[in-house]
Amino acid sequence: MDWGAILTNTLGYLLSPVTIAYALAATGLAVHFGYAGLLNFGMAGFMALGAYGYAISVLSFGMPWYLAMLVGLLLAALFAIILGVPTLRLRADYLAIVTIAAAEIVRLLFTTQVFDEYTNSADGLGGYNGSFQSANPFPELPKGERYGFGPWQYTAAQLWVIVFGVLLLALALFVVWALMRSPWGRVLKGIREDEDAVRSLGKNVFAYKMQALVVGGVIGALGGIIYVLPSAVIPSSYTTALTFFLWTILLLGGASTIFGPSLGAVIFWMVLALLGNLLPQMAQAGWLPMTDIQAGTLRYILVGVALMLIVIFRPQGILGDKREMTFVK
Amino acid sequence: MSPTTVTARRPLRWLVLFLGAMLAAALLLFSSPVAAMAAAPDEPGGDQEQTDFYFGGVITFEDKPVPDVTLRIEGGGFEAETLTGDDGRWRLYVPEKAEYTLTVDESTLPDGVIVEGESASQKLEFGLTKSKIVNLFLGEGERVTQGFAEQLFVRLIGGLNFGLLLALAAMGAALIYGTTGLSNFAHGEMVTWGALVTLVATTMWQLPLWAGVIAAVLGGAVLGLAMDAGLWRPLRHRGLGVVQLMIVSIGLSLAMRYTFQYFIGGKTYQLEGASPTPIQLGPIQLSYIDLISMGVSIVAILAVAYFLLRTRIGKATRAISDNPQLAAASGINVDRVIRIVWVVAGILAALSGVLWAYFRPGLRWDMGTQMLLLIFAAITLGGLGTAFGALLGSLIVGIVVETSTLWIPSDLKYAGALVVLILILLVRPQGLLGRKERLG
Repeated sequence: MDWGAILTNTLGYLLSPVTIAYALAATGLAVHFGYAGLLNFGMAGFMALGAYGYAISVLSFGMPWYLAMLVGLLLAALFAIILGVPTLRLRADYLAIVTIAAAEIVRLLFTTQVFDEYTNSADGLGGYNGSFQSANPFPELPKGERYGFGPWQYTAAQLWVIVFGVLLLALALFVVWALMRSPWGRVLKGIREDEDAVRSLGKNVFAYKMQALVVGGVIGALGGIIYVLPSAVIPSSYTTALTFFLWTILLLGGASTIFGPSLGAVIFWMVLALLGNLLPQMAQAGWLPMTDIQAGTLRYILVGVALMLIVIFRPQGILGDKREMTFVK
Repeated sequence: MSPTTVTARRPLRWLVLFLGAMLAAALLLFSSPVAAMAAAPDEPGGDQEQTDFYFGGVITFEDKPVPDVTLRIEGGGFEAETLTGDDGRWRLYVPEKAEYTLTVDESTLPDGVIVEGESASQKLEFGLTKSKIVNLFLGEGERVTQGFAEQLFVRLIGGLNFGLLLALAAMGAALIYGTTGLSNFAHGEMVTWGALVTLVATTMWQLPLWAGVIAAVLGGAVLGLAMDAGLWRPLRHRGLGVVQLMIVSIGLSLAMRYTFQYFIGGKTYQLEGASPTPIQLGPIQLSYIDLISMGVSIVAILAVAYFLLRTRIGKATRAISDNPQLAAASGINVDRVIRIVWVVAGILAALSGVLWAYFRPGLRWDMGTQMLLLIFAAITLGGLGTAFGALLGSLIVGIVVETSTLWIPSDLKYAGALVVLILILLVRPQGLLGRKERLG
């Protein structure tokens, strides 16, 4: 058992691009579900649009990185509108089914051979980060040297991705916080609790829901962009499992809280990394009666069980307030 | 934020409908001619995910290499396509050492040239090594191809078959939704479970296939009963809302799915007698498995219809779907009926799983997950919560999925069904057989 490596790997996830990306996407989901009560099961689609929008704009159309990112966000906003128009007037579970279907359509369109020229189909995209890294403010270090200390050691390129991601996350959290304490946010929470009551006050519930869907979707797409900044776009990562992991994170941290989704993302990834390192080693050492591949699968079974337990026993999450009931019956 | 009138919002809905139609049209447009123009890889196999196993070869005609010929490989639920390079060379990577069918798209060969032999497809198997060189011999000649109407007919039969087996799972899910309000995300795993029980019964316990199917039915019933008694009934009594229940079912789906992977790994397994030799029936080829599959589905659907329409429990089930409070007040034991519904749904899902394993063909740990969205599409199309709506929805989904490959590439066939779902929701949100007041 190499405890040092296990600990280093686990602590590394405290501040890794993937943690930041999941935190952003879960924050977007918090706007949808936590504040507006919208059952969006298509977050993977929003993330895919952000990632592909960015990567394709750079690779196929030669845009600079900031414009390319903007394209990704605009695509997500457009997707939210297309999803919202048919479903936001219907009962909540219709939105759930349509969003999960739409996200799957998006994934299939990015994976098919038909648009291979742009999407490179099942192989995914890579090599689009030159433009982004050319804006790197951190000077390149001599060979063998790293920024940071202990488990958090990064090359200049990695550090730039993380700093950029943390800045975006901070911005997103601030925007969500400011929105939710504004009159607009209060109407949104009102819609979550009792749609008819808000309607009786003369508010256009449809428009509010639509705006929330767009705002959350754009934050989710931001997460999708951070997700692919370190290396490559892999189409098989945008399955429904990604959406379900985001829901686990959201409900773990607290659906209608500002910092809950970020806390959930950190805990989720650190626990996953801990188990991912620990269980196979325990299996190899003969402490667990299974192969190390089985030990690697075991942690995902635990994710499912954890999601069930959270929803049953602590639906408000770690940071949530029981009085603020997100699950309207 | 100003309040808009209903008439002012209408055009937006039609705009989206229009956009959707445009998207569908674009897909149609891109499909047939443009798909064939996908670029050849720079080196053989360079356009695919590289695995340990591959088939490769050179296509030449009269000693000259033939570039840009489309080759397709299929087997065990895997599909891939490639083009020959300028030197006529090609390579197709496959995930495992198993039997595959290689097909040459003869429309991409020079005019008047075909692959020698009975057809442009052949079955391939690996020898002792991880690669196999396949020599294709071309000759001059004409191939009598199937006309469009015949192809359509074949696909319609395939779609009917798929729709019927999908209906088994979807009717169960619709009954659960109708009686408990739960959108059961773990239904896909109940489907996988049926196939898995059959696999274990026929390979590990060496039982004959019919006994394996009976084992699947019993296993499905036990799973349905266990899920209701161990999880859903306690949660209902705890007073969890439908959204909470739905997310619990997502957690259950993840846990079950990865438990399956834990035990059987990532491999694809074949049930006994998969891919048999087809029988020629007039213009169409069917295997006896297709025929048995359709027969089993129809018998099961008729049994469910009899149960719902003619038995007391079935009437009680429909009464609960209609109005649970009134049903409980008039002396129906709601918990008992729901338990029976779960058992019926478990049996139907397990049966569907066995048939799905033959239809795909192959059994994988995540095969149910692939079906889950189609189940949802079917029950939403039919109108949430009505079993006969789910049957109708399933047939539509099955036929759309199978016939759409005539126009759109096969890797988009599931997307086609989901687009249809969204388009129908736009014009008829309550579904085909749903009632209007179900809307919120």
